Amino acid sequence: MTNDMTQDILYTIKNPRVTFRQRLKDMAKIAENSVELVRYTEKSREYFENGAMMDMFEGKTPYRTRYCVPDYELFLRQGSKFLMLEPPKDIWDAVGNLLCLYHNIPADGGLPVYIGCLDELLEPFVREEAEAEKAIRFLLTHVDRTISNAFCHANLGPRDSKAGRIILKLTAEMQRPCPNMTLLYREDTPDDYLRAALDTAMTAAKPSFANDALYRKDMGNYAVVSCYNVLPIGGCGLTLVRLNMHKLPELAESPEDLLDRVIPDAVTAVCDAIDSRCEFIVDDCSYYENTFLYDEGLIKKDRDHMIGMFGFVGLAECVNGVLGLHRPEERFGKGKEADAFGEKIMRRLREEIDKRPCRYGKYGLHAQVGVMEDSGGTPGGRIPIGEEPELPFQIMNFIRMHQDCDAGCGELFPFEETVKRNPQYLADIMKGAFRSGARYLSFYGSDSDLVRVTGYLVKKSDIEKFRNNEATLNEATVNGSEVHRNLHLLDRKVRGEAKE
Amino acid sequence: MRKTAGTAPVNKIISFSAVDGFGNRTAIFLQGCNQNCLYCHNPETIHPCRACGACVEACPAGAIQMAEEAGERYVAYDISKCCNCDTCIRTCGNSASPKIRNMTAEEVMEEILPYFPFIDGITTSGGECTLHLDFLTELYGLVKKEGKTAYADTNGQVPLWNKEDFLRVTDKTMIDLKAGTEKDHRKLTGMGLHNPVENIKRMAELGKLYEIRTVVVPGVVDNRRTVELGSSLIAACPEVRYKLIKFRHFGVREEYLNIPEPSDQEMEELGDLARKNGVREIVIT
Ligand code: SF4
Ligand code: SF4
Repeated sequence: MTNDMTQDILYTIKNPRVTFRQRLKDMAKIAENSVELVRYTEKSREYFENGAMMDMFEGKTPYRTRYCVPDYELFLRQGSKFLMLEPPKDIWDAVGNLLCLYHNIPADGGLPVYIGCLDELLEPFVREEAEAEKAIRFLLTHVDRTISNAFCHANLGPRDSKAGRIILKLTAEMQRPCPNMTLLYREDTPDDYLRAALDTAMTAAKPSFANDALYRKDMGNYAVVSCYNVLPIGGCGLTLVRLNMHKLPELAESPEDLLDRVIPDAVTAVCDAIDSRCEFIVDDCSYYENTFLYDEGLIKKDRDHMIGMFGFVGLAECVNGVLGLHRPEERFGKGKEADAFGEKIMRRLREEIDKRPCRYGKYGLHAQVGVMEDSGGTPGGRIPIGEEPELPFQIMNFIRMHQDCDAGCGELFPFEETVKRNPQYLADIMKGAFRSGARYLSFYGSDSDLVRVTGYLVKKSDIEKFRNNEATLNEATVNGSEVHRNLHLLDRKVRGEAKE
Repeated sequence: MRKTAGTAPVNKIISFSAVDGFGNRTAIFLQGCNQNCLYCHNPETIHPCRACGACVEACPAGAIQMAEEAGERYVAYDISKCCNCDTCIRTCGNSASPKIRNMTAEEVMEEILPYFPFIDGITTSGGECTLHLDFLTELYGLVKKEGKTAYADTNGQVPLWNKEDFLRVTDKTMIDLKAGTEKDHRKLTGMGLHNPVENIKRMAELGKLYEIRTVVVPGVVDNRRTVELGSSLIAACPEVRYKLIKFRHFGVREEYLNIPEPSDQEMEELGDLARKNGVREIVIT
């Protein structure tokens, strides 16, 4: 966006590529960004200026949290006084109540990034399956057409259920990017259910899979929202401030200097910025007191439910830059020394974050997947596209670099057609990865129309439309189109060996 | 590396494969085959290298060198320098490859161990892996010790039914059925039909047959006869799959590029035939 507000407004009003709703949102953003009231520290300002830290375009005057994760289960149990809703008696009531709440979520963008662990929420209301399917189709269609944002995330529980099966079936059938979806996988998730989910993933690029045991240990009762962000249910991700690690080599004189001076300094800058933004949201704007969600207990204002998200990208570039690595076999992802140093950086980062007292709630470490303006930093601690080692080593590297990412991380793998006939193939890889400590994995068929862009989904056909100056319903298309070009996502290594 | 006792010539190891048996498998390809099928899709795996040196000149990366040890000339291959351009394979007039590492079972094991958390097991293939039965027996034993499964992908020419040591450590075999009559089989592979058929029968009886596979080649053999024979061999075993593979031009020697690829409809008809004859699971690929 340019600095000239009139220009911005005119551009927004005339932009042929957005829908009315997106236009409204863009207008609100311009208004919000016309004043800047957050009180940043000197250190934070320094890091915003040198480019090693970024506010994720969250808005200069944050009057709401970035993510809001209401306790939908409680909501269905008690109804809502403010919304004048009784607890639901059947599946249509339940779906209706949920939709009412979805449209009253006080978070960035005005739309929910989390719509609940749908199968667990709806299973108690499933009586007749055909009726349930109708109701769930109604819900999913409504969410897709009105929320229209692939950052919107539904979860599926670890247990096999009728509602879960229906959702998987409809997801494969509908082929829509919204809502994004994650299955919370546990060792006791039945193989048969897992294979059904993997089948759906191969045609619809969702669900993705979270390692339930690991996240539950870190976050308690949690949800996966937006782009693999992990947050406590009944909690909020207040803000996300991101460390651009690919910029750190410019600030460091040596590898030791990076670990001993730059990282602690950068952690101060990011945590200061998180605290400053939280102060504005929580104290200046009285965010909690101004929403019925807090009054009705659907979100909580305590240490365990307020998360300041510490994001990072560009670990690979940071390692290669500081160690001066150029030969492919010695760079991050392939070189032993490089990988060991990468792990050291991550450990150091976590240590520093843990040392620092948090003013509002607690800090969560999140491997951020990129925004459309990115060109220098690979998402989180991933290996750059085109430099990936063989799959088993890529997975082990992913595990190693993201051990401390309690607020979420993700890695995605495109697979070719042959894999579709062998869903057990993916099940073996996934179970092995989770047993080895992986937090999160996404798979998708390389030939499907739905593609994963860093963390969310877009339709290839929508990207084409966008490039041809047509509006598409899905807001993420706008992001997708640019991220695509900048991060050359379609070049990702396709897996699965075709021998025959 | 020179071929020495206890080693097998390893052509390639694929860490994760979705097409070599149940679930995710590490596939190990060994060099050398006892058949010579007209349509071979990997002709460079048929013969051992005879150290003529032609490919050494052609390699752009300096990954292959002539070497001599104990008076024996051989081609030394340095996998770390190889860029996998396959110029050497195109140069070789001997249906061989210089990209061979002669490895012991333990060496193979060391290399594949990092894949074990993610795989159901391994599959050895070729060439023809059963030409190296002692090696396989040792390797499978090591794999089983780690709690993983061992599959052999074979053309069935080496009698397996009397190889007790080998069978003890083998979970499943996957056996080719290339033709349905002795004449067709000889024409296509240069070898008879008896051993593959006997292997299929005996492995099925032992519960050690995962699938049989037929490459469908229009015009060269009577494909219906093949599928009829195959179905009759496995109809009594519901857990055994029949895999019908479309002949494709990919990788085939130039002189056979004029053989047509079968149509989808032809494949479906053969699938129906197998189903009619009692086969439960048919995979067309
Ligand atoms: S594939 Fe063959 S020719 Fe090419 S670099 Fe490797 S050894 Fe050399
Ligand atoms: S691989 Fe072929 S060309 Fe190379 S030395 Fe061996 S036989 Fe000769």
